[in-house]
Amino acid sequence: MTTLRLLVGTHKGAFVLTSDERRKDWKIEGPHFAGWDVYHVNASPAEPNRLYASTSRGWFGQVIQRSDDGGATWQPIGNEFHYEGTPGTHKWYDNSDHPWDFLRVWHLEPSLTDPDTVYAGVEDAALFKSTNGGTSWEELPSLRTHRTASSWAPGAGGLCLHTIILDPKNPERIFTAISSAGSFRSDDSGKTWQPINHGLRSSYIPDPDAEVGHCVHRLAMHPSRPNTLFMQKHWDVMRTDDAGDSWHEISGNLPTDFGFAIDVHAHEPETIYVVPITSDSDHFVPDGKLRVYRSRTGGNEWEPLTKGLPQNDCYVNVLRDAMAVDSAESCGVYFGTTGGQVYASADSGDSWTAIARDLPSVLSVQVQTLA
Amino acid sequence: MIRVELPANLRTLAGVGREVQLQVDDPVTQRSLLDALEAQYPALRGTVRDARTKKRRAMLRFFACEEDLSDEPIDAPLPEPVVSGREPYLIVGAIAGG
Repeated sequence: MTTLRLLVGTHKGAFVLTSDERRKDWKIEGPHFAGWDVYHVNASPAEPNRLYASTSRGWFGQVIQRSDDGGATWQPIGNEFHYEGTPGTHKWYDNSDHPWDFLRVWHLEPSLTDPDTVYAGVEDAALFKSTNGGTSWEELPSLRTHRTASSWAPGAGGLCLHTIILDPKNPERIFTAISSAGSFRSDDSGKTWQPINHGLRSSYIPDPDAEVGHCVHRLAMHPSRPNTLFMQKHWDVMRTDDAGDSWHEISGNLPTDFGFAIDVHAHEPETIYVVPITSDSDHFVPDGKLRVYRSRTGGNEWEPLTKGLPQNDCYVNVLRDAMAVDSAESCGVYFGTTGGQVYASADSGDSWTAIARDLPSVLSVQVQTLA
Repeated sequence: MIRVELPANLRTLAGVGREVQLQVDDPVTQRSLLDALEAQYPALRGTVRDARTKKRRAMLRFFACEEDLSDEPIDAPLPEPVVSGREPYLIVGAIAGG
């Protein structure tokens, strides 16, 4: 019997939701780490009961927590993130030089094969790695010290490294994305990095072919096609089929192509999901209607999915790490909102149910499909 | 024993109640007290002061005997009522946020 386990990070703690494959009745456990900002909770693909959580507070800094029993109990582990060497500067909002300063971990990405190896994407943007279950962390410094890094500037949420994708077919390849520097790829396990932003157009950058400076909000990949990536940029939904060497726009008939979350169907590599958001100044869904848009053609042609979602007076946002898909026979799709709702679909998005209505503002959603 | 009161989020992090008691060797200073606190409750390492620089986190303050000790020299002896355990040493979070 398949069990689904949803890992939900919120502004005031984490919640673990479980259901059988029917995905109708959900048991909600939490809050874990009550009062803490939980930017991300993620599970090891190699050992599903090994979970990592990033918790932080302005008063107390960063604390990483680990569970070895599927989220029933947690223990604080290593919380020291030190940039290697003397950190330089990046650009600040007013274009002045600003010292690199660690604030928090945005995203945790466990290794596909080793439960003790996990990557952390942090603000100010850098990539860290632990090979001892999170007890200690070492920076992979060549990304932060890339020749373009002194020109990177923060997005509204900070200079955050928010996306880490490990290539399932090439263990040396890693994709990352930084707001608002852009996307980067390493083909040597993080020793060197190259910007992969050719084809992106950002109206706020004077140079239309700028190598960096693009506010990438999120990348998504289907594991069977690691050279194809989908991107929700500040504005524009984009696609690459050559591992980021070139991108083209697939926004098509979306009502707005601003947004944060993007994901790919578990069994259909050309089926993708986004949640359009009104604009960069209005961070809520358009027209008071919460609509997921699905493309079954790899982009350009999109259909609104509304069954079970509020279509009146709804003004929530869905943040970049707050959408996930399960790999059950009928693919499940999940997302959490800044209004504290978590919605689930057990039929690839055709219909939706609110499985939690009144959580704190949701920062992240991950799902595990457990045999 | 030295008594230390913790803010709520640190109590849950360390798995303790409002107040913890510490054995601190002489001389009892803010540095030796915080060293003992982190040694007894490793989960708190880095949450009260920076793990590397040992600088107090900006949104925390230290009080005892109705005095703000936050900016006192870190190696200055603590007041006798704290050393004797009659008064607690208070780690207080700023009233901020939502």
